[in-house]
Amino acid sequence: MKVIITAVLVAATGMAVAQQNSAVQEIERYRAALGDGNPAELWEARGEALWKEKRGPNKVSLEQCDLGLGPGVVKGAYTVLPKYFKDTDKVEDLESRLVSCMVALQGFTPEQAKKDPFGGPGKKVPMDALVAYITSESRGMKMNVATTHPKEVEAYELGRKIFYFRGGPHDFACATCHGGDNLRIRLQDLPNLMSKEDAQRAYTTWPAYRVSQGELRSFQWRLYDCFRQQRFPELEFVSPASIALTSFLAKNANGGTFNAPAIKR
Amino acid sequence: MADPMKIRANMAGDKVEVKVLMSHEMETGQRKDAKGATIPAWFIQNVTATHNGKTVLAAEWGPAVAKNPFLSFRFAGGKPGDKVVITWTDNRGEKRTDEATIA
Repeated sequence: MKVIITAVLVAATGMAVAQQNSAVQEIERYRAALGDGNPAELWEARGEALWKEKRGPNKVSLEQCDLGLGPGVVKGAYTVLPKYFKDTDKVEDLESRLVSCMVALQGFTPEQAKKDPFGGPGKKVPMDALVAYITSESRGMKMNVATTHPKEVEAYELGRKIFYFRGGPHDFACATCHGGDNLRIRLQDLPNLMSKEDAQRAYTTWPAYRVSQGELRSFQWRLYDCFRQQRFPELEFVSPASIALTSFLAKNANGGTFNAPAIKR
Repeated sequence: MADPMKIRANMAGDKVEVKVLMSHEMETGQRKDAKGATIPAWFIQNVTATHNGKTVLAAEWGPAVAKNPFLSFRFAGGKPGDKVVITWTDNRGEKRTDEATIA
């Protein structure tokens, strides 16, 4: 009798695994079908125009903005971010660097530059488009984030602490969902960010066009929404905490080939 | 004004394969906003594609087409260097025309 029960159990587990695998494959197929006409390209085109457009009180473009590889260099810039910048004496990710450039070059106030971090229904924001354009210029290149400056090391270490920090009404940490293999939220497979391969695949496919939202979502949005899902206090846009966590995750993805803006369900 | 379309036109054997991305909200008229008020319908109604002035595709669309639509089709008789012109018109009468050269 025992033998039979074991056999039945094995069969049942086998079926569940097969079902899950086929669900994963179906989602992959769906992504591949959509990848051909990724609407993120619409954001990229808009972002390129915005990058060159004379905006703000100073009526200048962002073309002289130093994204980490020198003023005006966009190609490959995203692969070295977040990075320490001398002029602001801070570690900055792409979004916070854009805010700094909008303030320094275009004459916006920091409040104006940070006012609309994410797009929504019927609301197109410059930040999403600029992020799409700049990241698209790093497609196919390898992630290469440095931790040489003491402030970069500090940001990385702080990011690691935040990743493991448990709190909120659910007593969750990022690591609760992203620290083990084969974890899911509903049907979505979650990357195990402690494994090099998963960390690379996850980081190099953001930003992404979210089909279910019809929006291009930046990495700052990804973290913002993770915090919301954890029931943490709202993660402030381009806050030191968000940049530190980005530093930690970006550095862990070093060596991975950047392949975004991507498309997600 | 609406954002430009993204059009790619490439030879696929002896046919021309055209891929178009359009930037549009494509509101169905069935959805409600946070206050419970109906969001008015707003969608692309007509799409036409012409090759050297001759219509190669004419479509009537409705609210079932997704936001930021992607359209892919093939037609015969084109050659590299020819122009493909795509035009859409939505139910508010807004219009957008863009063109691409066949590669």
